[in-house]
Amino acid sequence: MSKYASNPDAIRALVHPEEVHRDVYTSPEVFALEMKHLFANTWVYVGHASQIPEKGDYITTEIGDQPVLVVRHTDMSVHVLYNRCPHKGVKIASEACGNTGKFFRCPYHAWSFRTNGNLLAIPLKKGYENTGLENTDAVKGLAPVANVKIYREFIFARLNDTGESFEAFFGDSLSSIDNMIDRSPEGKLVLEGAPLRYMHNCNWKMLVENQTDTCHPMVAHESSAGTAVSVWEKEQAKGGPKPMAVEVYAPFMAPYEFFEGMGIRVWPHGHGHTGVTTSIHADYSAVPGYFDQMVEAYGEERARAILGENRHNTVYFPHIMIKGPIQTMRVFRPLAADRTLVESYTFRLVGAPDMLFERTLMYNRLINAPTSIVGHDDLEVYERAQKGLASDALEWVNVQRLYEPGERHDVTETANGTSERQMRNQFAAWVHYMTLDMAEPARVEAAE
Amino acid sequence: MTTDTLTRLTPDTVTEADLTAFIYREARLLDELAYEDWLKLYAQDAHYWMPAEWQQTDPRLQASLMYEDMLLLRIRVERLAGARTFSQKPKSRSQHLLQAPQVDEMNPAANLFRTWTSFHYVETRGDEKEFFAGWAKHEIRVEEGALKIALKRVDLLNFDAPFGNIQLFM
Ligand code: FES
Ligand SMILES: [Fe+2]
Repeated sequence: MSKYASNPDAIRALVHPEEVHRDVYTSPEVFALEMKHLFANTWVYVGHASQIPEKGDYITTEIGDQPVLVVRHTDMSVHVLYNRCPHKGVKIASEACGNTGKFFRCPYHAWSFRTNGNLLAIPLKKGYENTGLENTDAVKGLAPVANVKIYREFIFARLNDTGESFEAFFGDSLSSIDNMIDRSPEGKLVLEGAPLRYMHNCNWKMLVENQTDTCHPMVAHESSAGTAVSVWEKEQAKGGPKPMAVEVYAPFMAPYEFFEGMGIRVWPHGHGHTGVTTSIHADYSAVPGYFDQMVEAYGEERARAILGENRHNTVYFPHIMIKGPIQTMRVFRPLAADRTLVESYTFRLVGAPDMLFERTLMYNRLINAPTSIVGHDDLEVYERAQKGLASDALEWVNVQRLYEPGERHDVTETANGTSERQMRNQFAAWVHYMTLDMAEPARVEAAE
Repeated sequence: MTTDTLTRLTPDTVTEADLTAFIYREARLLDELAYEDWLKLYAQDAHYWMPAEWQQTDPRLQASLMYEDMLLLRIRVERLAGARTFSQKPKSRSQHLLQAPQVDEMNPAANLFRTWTSFHYVETRGDEKEFFAGWAKHEIRVEEGALKIALKRVDLLNFDAPFGNIQLFM
């Protein structure tokens, strides 16, 4: 029985200004509609150009539940193609990444395709003479994803033609990507290091919301970051500098006032970031030689401005988060209403000292790995939330903290860092992109 | 092997049997959740390394699942006992099944002994049971008459698979 399909009013009714219905997290039908509408109507991150530097290089990924491949063509252009043979549907590329040479060859009947998707050859083509094959979609090759935009090597794609242009969709939020790239003295990032993959038995939106939830670290992470601080305090007596790992762990135990003061900025279309004035990354020790390189590249004033930008987590709606100051990115890949794959990536700042990349990798394994004790804290609460939402005691999830009636979601504004405003911002965008291409029910004309 | 024998060791007197017994003892301490005793098997400058890349050579500039010094291991151990460690309510338990360790290097002159052990590992928590397989490589030396682990490297068979929480030690 379908409750929400073709029923935009029912979708809208799931989100109130200051609370959200539990079906948003638990309903398989809502999940299916997210795949069909939300992920098709938004600009979705599909990869970084540094992963496919050579002709024939490709990566495979998904946009929502749609398998796609991202490939470097012979003329060096980047193409995003559905990973589906136009003959009988076989997935063309099965590995996470690779090089296909000059063409893709389907493993089933050997139809082959140029790296821009065009059909190159069919074995025993004679068998199709006078069958009208030339009038079918099959002959067009691997179907392209209609809208692709590469922004400073970050590749985004949108399945549907519905909605804003790339520039309008992201607007000023691109400043977080800019800042991460500008931290390289050469203005260039390379995605490097294996992604850490972490399976979560919970809804993908719990993860996205948590990126700007600043009221949980000192509670949920007392066991990991708190223990790290207390063990280090005992060790300190022995002397020596504070280890890099303690610098990474300790700010997770910062008090509420710290998070209140650091601020949250919201942008239109569901994007936003924590860390407007300071962040959990602000007090890392200087890496020898790095600042001088930055001054040489940008001049002192600009170098200070770039490094003084202290963004903590930037959420790009719907499903990625980047941390510019530590050069990591998390991609939340929805698999089912109660199942999400989290992939955490690391970027190397080209031209910067190795120690910066060492810290990036350390951050990723201490915070984002399946073996990370900080990750254990978070996953535990998500899974408990997924289970708790089965309770009929309440149907609504509260996101009311520092809510002000009349709050807008089409503006750029900053708020108190412990506000749940960015979560509300995301849900406003969620409703918008869920219903953007849903057929509206015929309405009785109101007499005016 | 008793603690007595261990404390009388010198690099020259270490036998393959000593090394094998030591590897089994480590696994047993882990399965008995005797983490304080387990930490004592490690040298002060030791590392516990779980690579995230195939045939990884560098723990510093390549991604790993774990690369922990004694401070980080101690944090883990203290955390497991913490009152507000919610991901350990209920607690996890582990079981190691080791193939006979193979001694890859006996080098008393350098005070370096290397072993290779294939294992199966099960971690349970609540109603969940997760199974892992892999290979542990130990670099061992003699310190103050006892064997100590300088490096334990755990290569998982499926190091690149998406895992849920792995909370204990392989
Ligand atoms: S399914 Fe691809 S060639 Fe037949
Ligand atoms: Fe957290």
